[in-house]
Amino acid sequence: MDSTEIIPQLFRTEYRKIVAVLCKHFGFDQIEIAEDIASDAFLTAAETWGQKGLPPNPAAWLYTVAANRAKNYFKRGQVFRIKLLPQLRRSSGETEDIDVEFSPQNINDSQLRMMFAISHPAIAPEAQIGLSLRVLCGFGIDEIAEAFLTNKEVINKRLFRAKEKIREAGISLELPGPAEIESRLSSVLTTIYLLFNEGYYSASDNRSLRKDLCFEAIRLCQMLIENVPEQSRRERTSQSEGSTRADAKGMIEVPEESKGTTEEERGTTPRRRSRGGAAPTKIFGEVLTNTPEANALLALMCFHASRLDARLDANGEIVLYEEQDVSLWNSDLISKGGYFLNRAASGTRLSKYHLEAGIAYWNTRKEDTKEKWTQILQLYNLLLQLEYSPMAALNRTYAYSKVHGKEEAIREALLLGLENNRFYYVLLGDLYTGVDDARALLNLSEALALARTPAESVTLQKRIDGLVKKE
Amino acid sequence: MDEYLVLMRLDLITKEKQPTPDQLKVYMEHYQEWVNGIIAQGKFVGGTGLDAKGKVIKPGGIITDGPFAEIKESLAGFIVIRASNLDEAVEMAKGNPILNGEGNSVEVRRINGQH
Repeated sequence: MDSTEIIPQLFRTEYRKIVAVLCKHFGFDQIEIAEDIASDAFLTAAETWGQKGLPPNPAAWLYTVAANRAKNYFKRGQVFRIKLLPQLRRSSGETEDIDVEFSPQNINDSQLRMMFAISHPAIAPEAQIGLSLRVLCGFGIDEIAEAFLTNKEVINKRLFRAKEKIREAGISLELPGPAEIESRLSSVLTTIYLLFNEGYYSASDNRSLRKDLCFEAIRLCQMLIENVPEQSRRERTSQSEGSTRADAKGMIEVPEESKGTTEEERGTTPRRRSRGGAAPTKIFGEVLTNTPEANALLALMCFHASRLDARLDANGEIVLYEEQDVSLWNSDLISKGGYFLNRAASGTRLSKYHLEAGIAYWNTRKEDTKEKWTQILQLYNLLLQLEYSPMAALNRTYAYSKVHGKEEAIREALLLGLENNRFYYVLLGDLYTGVDDARALLNLSEALALARTPAESVTLQKRIDGLVKKE
Repeated sequence: MDEYLVLMRLDLITKEKQPTPDQLKVYMEHYQEWVNGIIAQGKFVGGTGLDAKGKVIKPGGIITDGPFAEIKESLAGFIVIRASNLDEAVEMAKGNPILNGEGNSVEVRRINGQH
């Protein structure tokens, strides 16, 4: 493979690591400089590798260049003398030595810290997704723009504002304290889920990009789950030399779309001691991120992702669930989802991710059984108790119709009072079909009038045409 | 939208009026369905069933085992719902399946938010 092929790939996997490590070292408010240094390392690589050929270890080469650039920049700069030096002295209790460490452990730790910082509630959801794609997933600005169906300028502005916000709000890469960890972790999970949904429901018709988004969300969630406390990691590594593949880790293989999780990055190699025998800096291994909730979210995303290939046809149009080709469902992802759903079933808290994962599990079984729909109905009932949303109420009513019949469900549906919601009319159109086709038509037309995307209109028009033909 | 308290009263003492475990299971399913319908409308605020046991405190520090020995209709549960007026709240409360049992009652009161 020559450098023109390998550089874009490395950008996707290494850019985010370099930025994270530099930010951890120099402060989150220096993120723009960290990004510049990382980009610069790739430029240098493109020039050098084109002439001299690939180095034996391209990633390590990039780390070294970035580390040197960083050192020079900060040594030269005023920032270093005035602001950073006193801090560095304080925290390490050492000399002026600024050794940027690209050990697998430090890379992993830096990225986890980055994930928590970006998911900070002070940053707007859209900006969180944009920053995640750029800084946690190494996406190009044009790719992010395409995912959001907008142009580069808009994305650049959005990212710029988000970085301003980081400085204003004083968000740092410090580990959240024990009192904060639960709410901060829940923000992280929300951001990951947003990222996934951006890919799953994106209006962009670039299919591989949408898939990338989904699998990046899965990868980030896995990082949280694989982050085990330092002690148990050490125990596990010493106990089962060479047999670790058989346990949990063996199951966590992601499809190749989400490349980049190497054995090193997973942190299975024992952690190196910090330089010079100084007290080890606190690392993320001491913070519990492998929670039942995180496992439930991962299960949920695996179940959904299993249908990625089946839910769009060759023209990029949505294929309705009932019409999907089951042979296109990814059975590996379905069993992976089942594995994590089992792991999620510990503890006492039933989160919305548990309930949604439960629903998603039943949706991976196509056959229409009474058991399936009774379970789905019950899960929607619990979900609504936990957090009301119009979409959940509509889906619950659909499940209700599968259990109690269409007529009963129509009565329930009419009580929902969601007259501004297009999906309300889609549901009514569905329920009236076969019961009162004239009303079904009326409701589907109402839905068509409220449709927001061309794809939606096409799907609805097809159903209307089908009903008209029947009459 | 106002909030309304829906009080459910049942006979919890007359032995022959108590449901068998199988009957109770069916009743509870019906009850759940009714509550879930209200939740799905986004009109459920809170509330739950109550234990049959409790204490009643009267002036002079007298504590008794409850009103159960004196009246036949005991408070069995309550929920708080959202409705635009009393009529709508009553309409929703009418669906409560405990009303299929003779002697039972459901009372609806607007919560006025003042002490």
